[in-house]
Amino acid sequence: MALEIIDSCTSCQACLPLCPNKAIVAAAPHFLIVADLCNECAGDYDDPQCASICPVEGAILDELGRELNPPGSLTGLPPALAALVAAASPSEVVGK
Amino acid sequence: MDHHLTGQSGSGSCSGSGGGCGSGAPGLDALGEDVRRKVAEHPCYSEGAHHHFARMHAAVAPACNIQCNYCNRKFDCSNESRPGVVSEVLTPDQAVLKTLAVAAAIPQMSVLGIAGPGDPLANPERTFAVFRELAVKAPDLKLCVSTNGLALPEHVEELARLKVDHVTITINCLDPDIGAKIYPWIFWNHRRVRGREAAEILIAQQQKGLEMLVERGILVKVNSVMIPGINDQHLAEVSRHVRAKGAFLHNVMPLIAAPEHGTYFGLTGQRSPSPQELQALQDECAGDMNMMRHCRQCRADAVGLLGEDRSSEFSLAKIAGMEIDHEAALARRVAYRAKIEAEAAEKKARAHAVPPAAKIKQVIALHPRPANGKETAPATSSDAPVTSIALAAATTPSAPPAQPRPALIAVATEGGGIINQHFGHAREFLVYEASAAGVRFIGRRGVDLYCAGEDSCGDDGESKLTKTLRALAGCEVILCSRIGIDPWRALEEAGITPNSERALEPIEEAVLATWQELAASGRLNAPAPQLRRA
Repeated sequence: MALEIIDSCTSCQACLPLCPNKAIVAAAPHFLIVADLCNECAGDYDDPQCASICPVEGAILDELGRELNPPGSLTGLPPALAALVAAASPSEVVGK
Repeated sequence: MDHHLTGQSGSGSCSGSGGGCGSGAPGLDALGEDVRRKVAEHPCYSEGAHHHFARMHAAVAPACNIQCNYCNRKFDCSNESRPGVVSEVLTPDQAVLKTLAVAAAIPQMSVLGIAGPGDPLANPERTFAVFRELAVKAPDLKLCVSTNGLALPEHVEELARLKVDHVTITINCLDPDIGAKIYPWIFWNHRRVRGREAAEILIAQQQKGLEMLVERGILVKVNSVMIPGINDQHLAEVSRHVRAKGAFLHNVMPLIAAPEHGTYFGLTGQRSPSPQELQALQDECAGDMNMMRHCRQCRADAVGLLGEDRSSEFSLAKIAGMEIDHEAALARRVAYRAKIEAEAAEKKARAHAVPPAAKIKQVIALHPRPANGKETAPATSSDAPVTSIALAAATTPSAPPAQPRPALIAVATEGGGIINQHFGHAREFLVYEASAAGVRFIGRRGVDLYCAGEDSCGDDGESKLTKTLRALAGCEVILCSRIGIDPWRALEEAGITPNSERALEPIEEAVLATWQELAASGRLNAPAPQLRRA
């Protein structure tokens, strides 16, 4: 049972001090979770801490590869638009 | 050119805007002497200081504990100079190094702020590490933070201990129902809290933090982002409220939102306020409180005098090769400040040296009132002392005749308090209102807000001149050092008079003299021209 940080992470460091298991590594180009250390905060908090502060939708996955913060869940944007922003070739987003 | 998704920043520090600079203040005289002294050298807080002093934001605080709908910090763009946007996040050690390098190269440097790109107090170890180090290595620098306020109460003691005497809190509302439309979530007590509940907690923390800072004698400025249709009707109340609690300045900034910023507001078509709407709200709030109108909404790593961003000169690679004599640099800064102080004292002495009799005489000359009650063109006198104009309003007996109306006059300047910029080089203009009551600073108008790119940076290919004309809407004269013939014609067609005859004159004196000329011409006895679509 462990979470995973993927490449949409912006390395903003918000999760780093929150992890009760010190499972997060400030790696480059983006942060990583050491799977052996992560227990999804079981026993410490109701919610996994990294996924509770992460500002980027889709950046943290559970062990089944599901997004803890799916498109639209943090921004309030319609999911399809949020997914487009997350995918991020900026010029594609600029619909005039 | 390429578009970049970028974020306005958000959070407090980035503060919504305004990376924490502020300004202004026609009413500073009403503040106590100690407050005046504190802001005198602060380029963000004092309208007078921003011509002469520089500040730097150290981008050491990437984490944030809230989300604002005007922020998407995922993206950076080297053409963006907006709050919350930063090119290079620094470690505390790097930030100290960079601050010292900037302070050695720019003797005007007087303020080091931490404003993001996230929230300084969501990164307390990093933020306070920088402050502790600089308190030893550059003790003359003022330290300030700009925060969204969520974590403020728990850090007030440490801020006081480190002698941080300026704190900016971004307060966009007092009403949690309004807050729920601005803040989708906060991180609080190990949970992500959403909606109205989140806004309620944030607002309570902001207000508590404000009270605690004021109790300890720490200067508090409040930033608000004006969001049409959401909090624009509410901000006058915010202004009254924070003033009553002891905030010394309120800085109302326009929302920055465009689709390419990738923010909720940008992507959902939330519009920004027009310069006129912003000014109207600032005027409404100014009735209650000092307003800061020269804020340039700097990005979180901005370096330099307000309105100029020299951060690219001080990248980590560049400062690594600099050899710096820190003691000599400190001495240069101290000497610079002494010089500015002496100049200010001299200016003040000159202003007070005009004998009262001369002032009264000048008033009479300016406002002849013929028996038919119609105003004739007032005479002007080129050596009219500046102070006489202000006196006119005060000494004119009641039931005054129609006076020449006020006029908005724009200025192109590179700093130093004088008119010294070529029209074509200006990326922003300072706008002043001149009237019989004197000259007051209204605000700055950006030409192409937050983009330093090509002449046409945008899908619509709008020319820089078109944008400039729009930025100058409502102004009757633009004062600059030089101007080309094509823009001259375009300005005249738009009803704005270009004027380069006052190059190198002090701004306020030149604005006043220009208004006097307009008044003498009779142009100000007619109603203000209709705004034309540039």
